[in-house]
Amino acid sequence: MSTAFPQDSVGLVSPTLHKFDEELVLRSGKVLKRFELMVETYGELNADRSNAILVCHALSGDHHAAGYHSADDQKPGWWETCIGPGKPIDTNRFFVVSLNNLGGCAGSTGPVSTNPDTGKPYGPDFPVVTVRDWVKSQKMLMERLGIGKWAAVAGGSLGGMQVLRWAISYPECLHNAIVIAAAPKLSAQNIAFNEVARHSITSDPNFHQGRYLEHNTLPKQGLMLARMVGHITYLSDSAMRAKFGKSIAEFEAQGTNFGRDLRTGKLSFGFNVDFQVESYLHYQGERFSENFDANTYLLMTKALDYFDPSVDYDGDLSKAFANSDCKFLIMSFSTDWRFSPERSRELVNSLLKAGKDVSYLEIDADEGHDAFLLPVPRYLNALSAFLDKVHEEVCSDAS
Amino acid sequence: MRPDQEIIAQWIEPGSKVLDLGCGDGSLLHHLNSTRNVSSIGLEIDEVNIEKCIRNGVNVIEQNIDHGLSNFQSNSFDTALLAQTLQALSNPHLLIDEMLRIAERGIVTFPNFGNWKSRLYLSLRGRMPVSKFMPHQWYDTPNIHFCTVKDFDALCREQNIRVLERTVVDSRHQGSWAMKAWPNFLGEIAIYHISRK
Repeated sequence: MSTAFPQDSVGLVSPTLHKFDEELVLRSGKVLKRFELMVETYGELNADRSNAILVCHALSGDHHAAGYHSADDQKPGWWETCIGPGKPIDTNRFFVVSLNNLGGCAGSTGPVSTNPDTGKPYGPDFPVVTVRDWVKSQKMLMERLGIGKWAAVAGGSLGGMQVLRWAISYPECLHNAIVIAAAPKLSAQNIAFNEVARHSITSDPNFHQGRYLEHNTLPKQGLMLARMVGHITYLSDSAMRAKFGKSIAEFEAQGTNFGRDLRTGKLSFGFNVDFQVESYLHYQGERFSENFDANTYLLMTKALDYFDPSVDYDGDLSKAFANSDCKFLIMSFSTDWRFSPERSRELVNSLLKAGKDVSYLEIDADEGHDAFLLPVPRYLNALSAFLDKVHEEVCSDAS
Repeated sequence: MRPDQEIIAQWIEPGSKVLDLGCGDGSLLHHLNSTRNVSSIGLEIDEVNIEKCIRNGVNVIEQNIDHGLSNFQSNSFDTALLAQTLQALSNPHLLIDEMLRIAERGIVTFPNFGNWKSRLYLSLRGRMPVSKFMPHQWYDTPNIHFCTVKDFDALCREQNIRVLERTVVDSRHQGSWAMKAWPNFLGEIAIYHISRK
């Protein structure tokens, strides 16, 4: 990976920091006097600015959705599967905007930024931000970029929730809403997993009430544990069996081993890492804890927990969509148990009740919640088909 | 556009709301969207068809109509369509009931098993009719509830359903005066426009 990037990648990209010297009043009532957003864009904005797609990131994502940051970058952006020349979100014809949300830790204003009032990192003093606040800041970014209306706003998981918020709060600002593997609000089970994650972080001795940076330390153990728990919810049982079990050929000869491959070939009869799945979770957790900010993780999970656009409408989600004027594409994955197909169907039913233009696909996929990041053919084909139509209908350069 | 779809299209009021149960590749809804300016939703379970709908710009929900339509509000559509699907449903009578809960009017088309060809096939060969039009053997057919024009008329009477219009056509979707006179004997495809009484 030292010289050439894949043909269907946007290739080398670099982010831009946009500074906003305007106040942002948050849903909590707190105010950010000024803020910055780290933004990447791919493709070219056409003459009448009708081909822009906003991409919203999920829990641990950021502005780096596609391409590579350097010639020897090992990993492309988080939605490389979908964004690039000739891919479903085709950068040959769409101008794609992706940003790190407020409270993030990849360059936008967040807990690791310096608090102008104290000269120290915000840490735990960074205000709790909601999906609504993010979308408000995304709207300001949209104006900054001179875009009047998005051809589409798209996102998976927590990203999909931002798409829903766009459709509710700024109906005049988007032609299409693409909501993948999302839910209209979190269930008690979802919140419970988030609370385990938060508690593991806050109970790390190095957490220091969130002021770990001032103590020159990091709550790595807690963050690692949080990520391990989260990771389990992103994968399905079948995905884990396949990932950590014998290959199909061996499988048929020996019967299923339920993904119980051993790391070294034998049991240790101790409390060490015996199974592949354990070592995978350790690896994922460790890598994450070195690259992600614990306070940001707390904020992101709270934004998830608080998301419920129906609260302003007597709990009736269909009323929330009353003014929405876009077409909706909703997709779910069969083995996703974090935000299961049932949750997407709730969304679809609310949209039907509200009389909106909606299409819904329930994609058969073994990969669980993570499927929205993976090359599942039916998913990519449907997204391509939908965006072909979007291009034809709303982009002036369509022939 | 198939001729039976032309007949259906004539019964759809411009600007109305249409629900197509088993919308296939969405060609009928696409036609209605563009010529009658309807707002429409199709339900479909076939993956290939669903993708075609999306490519056609037709709203499509992946939903098995055989599992019910309880997610649709009462009186939320003007017309519900059920084209060539009735015979494949587990509970055709319940679905028709649901159609007329959700929509003011329904349009139902189905292959007429009372057609002389079916009668002749069964009486001469003594076996379940198989044709180019209905190519499945009895054991692997999706069509589990065949009926005749007379049967459907009886169902409408029993369920208090008003038949607004009824027409029958042959497998090339042509009608004739003779088919009007003897629909159950000559018609191959029956097309009903129904509503609640």
